[in-house]
Amino acid sequence: MTVMLIHHPTKIAAVITLAAAISSCSTLPSSGELDQQAVATMKASFRDQGIAKVDRLNQDLGQRACSSAMAPSDEVAKRIESESVATIKWPAGGRYLGDWREGEKLAQNGRGMTWTDASAAPKDNGANCYNCHQIDKKEISFGTIGPSLWNYGKLRGVKDVTDAAAAPIVQYTWGKLYNSKAYAACSNMPRFGHMGLLDEDQLRHLMALLLDPKSPVNQ
Amino acid sequence: MRPLWIVAAGIGVLVALPAQAQKSSADAIAEYRKMLEDGNPADLFEAKGEALWKQKRGPKNASLEQCDLGKGAGVVKGAFVELPRYFADTGKVQDLESRLVTCMATLQGFNAEEIAKTPFGRGEQDNVTALATYVAAASRGLRFNLPQLHAEERRMYEIGKRVFYFRGGPYDFSCASCHGEDGKRIRLQDLPNLNKNPGDGIGFAAWPAYRVSNGQMWGMQLRLNDCYRQQRFPYPGFGSEATIAVSTYMGVNAKGAESIAPSIKR
Repeated sequence: MTVMLIHHPTKIAAVITLAAAISSCSTLPSSGELDQQAVATMKASFRDQGIAKVDRLNQDLGQRACSSAMAPSDEVAKRIESESVATIKWPAGGRYLGDWREGEKLAQNGRGMTWTDASAAPKDNGANCYNCHQIDKKEISFGTIGPSLWNYGKLRGVKDVTDAAAAPIVQYTWGKLYNSKAYAACSNMPRFGHMGLLDEDQLRHLMALLLDPKSPVNQ
Repeated sequence: MRPLWIVAAGIGVLVALPAQAQKSSADAIAEYRKMLEDGNPADLFEAKGEALWKQKRGPKNASLEQCDLGKGAGVVKGAFVELPRYFADTGKVQDLESRLVTCMATLQGFNAEEIAKTPFGRGEQDNVTALATYVAAASRGLRFNLPQLHAEERRMYEIGKRVFYFRGGPYDFSCASCHGEDGKRIRLQDLPNLNKNPGDGIGFAAWPAYRVSNGQMWGMQLRLNDCYRQQRFPYPGFGSEATIAVSTYMGVNAKGAESIAPSIKR
C-alpha cells in the first residue's frame, strides 16, 4: 500500500487521508463502529419523496434489534413483545368481525405507502395479504413468505366467533393483525394497526375473511 | 438458420401447452425468455451504449474510450464482474453506473451532480443505462469476482450487509424481508436469496435487464430504487453510498456466479 503513496501524493491533506486509510488497511472498524457507520450511511443516502419521508429511517427498538442476520437476545425479544402487546387497541364495542367480502378485496390489494402513492390514509391502503400468504385457495397467485391461511378459522375450531371458546383465537388474530411483533419480536409481517396502515373497520373485514365460518377461507 | 430439430421441438412445446394449464409462471417466463434469447431488446441498448462509448460528446468533445472501469483505461471486457470496486482517483468504492458518471464528468466534462439528479430514463441518465448495458454485455458469461483487497472494499461489504438487513419504514421491511430465505415468492414471483450466492445469472448477475412488463431497460441502480420504493422507504439517491454498499454485498456474495447481463425480465 505504501507504493501508492510514492506514486500518487499530491497534497499534504491527501497524504494524511491516505495514511489514515492505509493504517486501517489490515483491520476493519469494530463491529459496533460499522453498525454506527451503516446507520449514518442510510441517513445520508435517502431523501424525501412524496409521502415517503426520511423519518421512515428512524428505527424503533424492534426495527433496530431485528436488523441483523442474528436474532436479538431472548431478553430483548421479550421486551419488544411485551411493549408491542401494550400498543394493541382492542376494537370498539368488542366487535371483532366485519364483512369477509371486503376482507378479500383488502387482502388482494397490494397498494399503499410508497412514494408513488398520493396518500398515506388507511382508506387508500391495501392489506397486501396475498403477497405473502395463501388465503382463499381459489386465488392461485399467492406468496410464500408467510404461512398458508387457508382454513384459518376452521382448523382452529372456530364455529361461532361469539362463543367464549373462540375468544382466545379471535383476540390473538386481532392482536396479530394490529401488531404482529406482540407474538414474534422479529415477525416479517407489517404492524397494520400500530403503524396506522389500516383502520379498525378494515381490520374487522380481514378478521372476517380469516374467522367467519361463512368465509370462503373456511369452507 | 436454426436447425430443423429446434423448430420441431418448438412446435412440440406449443402443442403441449393446453395440457399444462397449471404450468408455473416461472416456467412460463423461462420459456418466454428462451424464445427471446435471439432477440432481447436489451441488444438495442447495448448497441446504443457502444456507440455512446465511442462517440465524442460533452463540453470536452471526448469519447469514453479512455475511461478506467477498474481494469485500466479503456478496458471494458471483464470490468463488470469486478464492480463495485475501489478507485484511487475518487477515493471511493464505485459501482458501474456511478463510475460511468465519473468518466462522463472527467473525460467529457458533463456535470456529475446534474446527471445524478436526472430521473431514470431521461437525458444523460438514459445514456448511463445504455452505457451500463454495453459494459455489462462485454462480460457476459464471465464469473463474478469482486476485489476485496482494499480496506474500503471490505468496509463497504460490511456496511452493505448492514444496509441489507436494515429494517424501517411503515412496513418494517428490509431487503432481507423478501430476499433472506431460499424458495420464497411474492405472489408468483420467485425471490432470490441474496444473503449468499443465489447461482448463475440470478440476482446481481442478471442486471441490467430489459423489463418486458413496462418495456424499459433497467440498470442495477433503478432495480434497487424500485426495491426501496416497494420496501416503503424514502428515495435512495442515485449512486448513494447505501446503494453501492448493498451492491458490494450482493456482488461479493455472488462470487463465481456467471453473469447473464443484460438479461430479460418479466
